[in-house]
Amino acid sequence: MRSDRGQKSPLLLKVCAAGGLLFLHLPILLIFAYAFTTEEKSYQWPPPGLTLKWFAVAWNRADVWSALALSVQVACIATVIALVLGTLCAAAVSQTKFFGREAISLLVILPIALPGIVTGIALRSAFSLFDIPFSVWTIVLGHATFCVVVVYNNAVARFRRTSGSLIEASMDLGADGFQTFRHVILPNIGTALLAGGMLAFALSFDEVIVTTFTGGQQATLPIWMLEELIRPRQRPVTNVVAMLVVIVTFLPILAAYYLTRDGDQIAGSGK
Amino acid sequence: MTPAVRFQKVSRHFGAVRAVDGVDLDVASGEFFAMLGPSGSGKTTCLRLIAGFEQPTAGSIEIFGERAEGVPPYRRNVNTVFQDYALFPHLNILDNVAYGLMVKGISKTDRYKEAEKALELVKLPGYGSRKPSQLSGGQRQRVALARALVNKPKVLLLDEPLGALDLKLREQMQEELKSLQRALGITFVFVTHDQGEALSMADRVAVFNNGGIVQQGTPQEIYRRPKTRFVADFVGSSNLLSPDLMASLGGERRWASLRPEAVRVASEGAEAVVENVSFLGAGTRLAVELGSARLHVMLPAGADVPDVGTPIRLSWNSQDIHYMDDAA
Amino acid sequence: MTVLTVDTPGSSILPRRGGFAGALSDAFWRHPLLLLILMLTPPLLWLGIIYIGSLIALLLQSFFSIDDFSGVVNPEFTLATYAQLLNGTNLDIILRTVSMAALVTLASAVLAFPIAYYAARYAKGRWKAFFYLGVMLPLWSSYLVKVYAWKLILAKEGIVTWVFAKLHLGFVLEAILSLPVIGGNSLSVSYLGTFLVFVYIWLPYMILPTQAALERVPANLIEASADLGASPRQTFRTVLLPLALPGIVAGSIFTFSLTLGDYIIPQIIGSSRLFIGQAVYAQQGTAGNVPLAAAFSVVPIVIMGLYLAAAKRLGAFDAL
Repeated sequence: MRSDRGQKSPLLLKVCAAGGLLFLHLPILLIFAYAFTTEEKSYQWPPPGLTLKWFAVAWNRADVWSALALSVQVACIATVIALVLGTLCAAAVSQTKFFGREAISLLVILPIALPGIVTGIALRSAFSLFDIPFSVWTIVLGHATFCVVVVYNNAVARFRRTSGSLIEASMDLGADGFQTFRHVILPNIGTALLAGGMLAFALSFDEVIVTTFTGGQQATLPIWMLEELIRPRQRPVTNVVAMLVVIVTFLPILAAYYLTRDGDQIAGSGK
Repeated sequence: MTPAVRFQKVSRHFGAVRAVDGVDLDVASGEFFAMLGPSGSGKTTCLRLIAGFEQPTAGSIEIFGERAEGVPPYRRNVNTVFQDYALFPHLNILDNVAYGLMVKGISKTDRYKEAEKALELVKLPGYGSRKPSQLSGGQRQRVALARALVNKPKVLLLDEPLGALDLKLREQMQEELKSLQRALGITFVFVTHDQGEALSMADRVAVFNNGGIVQQGTPQEIYRRPKTRFVADFVGSSNLLSPDLMASLGGERRWASLRPEAVRVASEGAEAVVENVSFLGAGTRLAVELGSARLHVMLPAGADVPDVGTPIRLSWNSQDIHYMDDAA
Repeated sequence: MTVLTVDTPGSSILPRRGGFAGALSDAFWRHPLLLLILMLTPPLLWLGIIYIGSLIALLLQSFFSIDDFSGVVNPEFTLATYAQLLNGTNLDIILRTVSMAALVTLASAVLAFPIAYYAARYAKGRWKAFFYLGVMLPLWSSYLVKVYAWKLILAKEGIVTWVFAKLHLGFVLEAILSLPVIGGNSLSVSYLGTFLVFVYIWLPYMILPTQAALERVPANLIEASADLGASPRQTFRTVLLPLALPGIVAGSIFTFSLTLGDYIIPQIIGSSRLFIGQAVYAQQGTAGNVPLAAAFSVVPIVIMGLYLAAAKRLGAFDAL
């Protein structure tokens, strides 16, 4: 291995690291170039010409709009559920020492530790077992299940950083449980919850594998894209939508990063 | 007069661990009371029992004659200065100090006025708009003190309040705490593992070991007449004399303690050899070998200092020999 | 000096704050278990009943079989479905998936190490944030968009072919594509393409835990090793690698698990031969054989169970 050529001139290391980062980013940047191509039929590189007309075409596509609306709706509801469940779990696990807290951590992490297809097919067979028809709520159910973990991870990290004596100090100064929650706990974990919520939103907004099992005939934006990937109808529109999706998911990630950057990191155990 | 705090047969067990075991304790009103002991001796648990963070497994706790078991911390008119100060990081100093008044529903103008007064009291006037992270350790400690005092507690609890400060600051704060307590007349109960701190500040001291109180009394009593070997060893730098040594010196065959400053180098007395000489400024400390025992002798400034290795003779007044109850 | 007026006539025990909130607060304080149960009930109901319940329902189905003539699920206990799982074609699918997961994990670990090491040891201040975001953004950006980007890159008329042509190395690409098994008509329909995309998509999951583990290696440890006369190669092998290993294993949990269960990447970029995820999808969908689909999905669960148990022994969970 060549990563340890002494402290002064890790040139090869620098090159490898920079190359790795480029490898991670170039494909995403490429999407931006394709959004402007004049080529309609193939993935030709370099683009034969540049145009803005596909933005207008995409703008007027009703199917894109309805898919986007469904995605936003699902992501919002799933995020709210994940916020409630994740915070409750994190509070219980970190504020009290009780038997079985490891089991609870495992239970929360399981939906992302197991392959998405297992979660998807399990939920689908449960739906068919109980004759539950597909709806927005079946999608939400799946999404909320694996979104809990990102809220949980962020909240647990912040709880760990928040000194337990703050709560005692508040009670000592005459604040009861509710006052302590409102004046001490909430302000201290607020940004972590906001960050966790944003990540949960991004996670849900992007999810495709579980959704293929729990969505029925409804198309979220990723499902719409998947359809386009398998049976392309109008490639340039897909390019434009892909670029917009990149931008839309970057914003909450960046916001979450700046909300939590002093101290705990955004839970790396993402999707 | 009703004691400020009264423990009767108080125990606090955590499973098999007896953190506090059958403690009886009276803290008089207006007193500066120290709970001294090594870590794990139960002193901090006793403090937390008074604050209400812990509940006794058995026994009764009274605060100014009122039963306190089962009363949550927020309903006790008792405030704590925490070891890590526990200042709220999201509030500025003024809001930190005014917190207790805020949760009691006191109007903004009134509580800020009181908080400013409390900050003046701890010599931090005008610091209200800063955040805790912008303050030094000593300043945070004063804020923690102001935040507790602004509520006018019946008892103020201090958990190793000076532990995180450097030596000079610590000595300064010791004096300030003492005069503050005298001026306010509030009962102070403080926990420390530093015997010097306990002896110099407290009106009375309780020495803790293994979840119980070994000895209670004024600093002078604790220092001059330690009840057990543990107290003699933990409080001050007394010489411990074993029963055999005492017998060979013509005393009773019991454990005894002898303070280093009570020993004199004389022309008559027990034979010893100087092992080490330490100059301490206010005096000189000799380590000497007496038989098989090692003793410390504190010579006053200006006394003749023998060289290392020279044989000397030691004498003391027989009333300075203090026999102790048991061997432990 | 202003002295606080301390005339404490008040009681040392204060009355309870009025109303329901005061009573409830006292009750929670007196019975912390009550609060704990209240806090845990909603998440446990959700995850424990809905999620775990579904998983168990799935497991049960794998012990059912399908009637060959009517296509109806026969709810009687049988191991026939598992026997079916081990026949030639299906076993091939499992082996293909597991070897792909292993290769992807290995490649990710090798690629991730320099990035993680640089970020942990040499990047400071703003560069550190830059590296962190540089890994986080690709990790979090849309999965499908990333797959789509690679479809564009690897397509016959795409950028890879173009770059090789510009460098007058087109024959090299031809040679690679004509290799048996891993080659194909173009990179986007070959195993090689599938492999590349898997590595690309899961690489950030390997970098983060590796970096976290390396972050905990004190710099003076490496200097101490060099000081004691170890060559850089020896330092790497005897000091750095053992200390980074829990992080690498933690990362491999993700790369391995995610590859095992993915069915979209091999469907969009790859040859027509199936992976476990595709088999599950096909069996429950078009084939309508839910028991076999369930049995297939038990495979990654079992493999990951074993993998997690082994990883736990290596201390990987502390590095997560």
